[in-house]
Amino acid sequence: MSEVIVITSGKGGVGKTTASANLGTGLAALEKKVAMVDADIGLRNLDVILGLENRIVYDLIDVVEGNCRLKQALIKDKRYSNLFLLPAAQTKDKTAVNPEQMQKLCDNLREEYDYIIIDCPAGIEQGFKNAIAGADRAIVITTPEVSAVRDADRIIGLLESSDLKSPLLILNRIRSDMVKRGDMMALDDVTDILAIDVLGVVPDDETIVISANKGEPAVIDEKSRAGQAFRNISRRILGEQVPLMKLDVEEKLLDKLKNFFRTGN
Amino acid sequence: MGLLGGFFDKKASSKDIAKDRLKLVLIHDRANCTPEVLDMLKVDILNVIANYMEIDEDEMEIQISHTPKNENGEVMPVLYANIPIKSIKKTQKAHQGQNGG
Repeated sequence: MSEVIVITSGKGGVGKTTASANLGTGLAALEKKVAMVDADIGLRNLDVILGLENRIVYDLIDVVEGNCRLKQALIKDKRYSNLFLLPAAQTKDKTAVNPEQMQKLCDNLREEYDYIIIDCPAGIEQGFKNAIAGADRAIVITTPEVSAVRDADRIIGLLESSDLKSPLLILNRIRSDMVKRGDMMALDDVTDILAIDVLGVVPDDETIVISANKGEPAVIDEKSRAGQAFRNISRRILGEQVPLMKLDVEEKLLDKLKNFFRTGN
Repeated sequence: MGLLGGFFDKKASSKDIAKDRLKLVLIHDRANCTPEVLDMLKVDILNVIANYMEIDEDEMEIQISHTPKNENGEVMPVLYANIPIKSIKKTQKAHQGQNGG
């Protein structure tokens, strides 16, 4: 049985494309056959994160308009032969495709793949409606900031009023040092506010920038902490029970002293 | 807060500020209803109820939330009120009596 999962957020720049690339690759590493669909028509980026930008011949719009067959447009990943990308068109805009066409596309992909990961564009308009049209499940990604959480709340409302019940949350880019000194909302602060179950937490990590520079998702880097978080999330998507990652880093002596005084009553 | 706590924590943590601001913004977003409107509503509800029963004002809770799901699969904002009753006034037409007197 295959599953279509849309990765969405409302706000831009919180990590939808990074999460899509890492979860697609993470599921492929767990030996699932995976297709990733970049639904951000006009602003494609998933190809770059995966290092596949030089291999694009056809795109999603070509498939929808019948200029090529679906198989011709799907690009095989460099590392995993069971991982494919359907890139977005760069020269069209979001109105070049409609929700019915997206739904049909997803249904065609279901025949071949175990998981179909859709990278949703930012915003709540046409592009969002297209991206969620064919999905069975939604993952909402946010960062612990007022604006990102606010937009996530809006998206959760919109998802629940469509056919996508019970979306799951990924809280991205947590800095445990800032959480510890009370300058960043932690997971429980965010879940107090958003009525949503948690799929995972991802620490703020330099290796995400480095992996994007190289076009190699962090999930394949054994040493990357964010990569570890995405490996855990991939396993949870398969239904495994994996405890949430501990985000504490080794405290420096000065921080230890400060925390001692702060809580030492 | 420890003796030295105040030395390091001079003001409310910015996390708590963020959380409080977010809560207020979301009340507005979710129901298109400002906190001021909610306060006015609360006062009006209290006044009406006071005609019939005595309630525990300290324990009462009125807020806008939303339904998990409904029949049509839509999420609707709901007015949630939890008003503990202390006692019910004896006269059935208490409000008429009050209005008249």
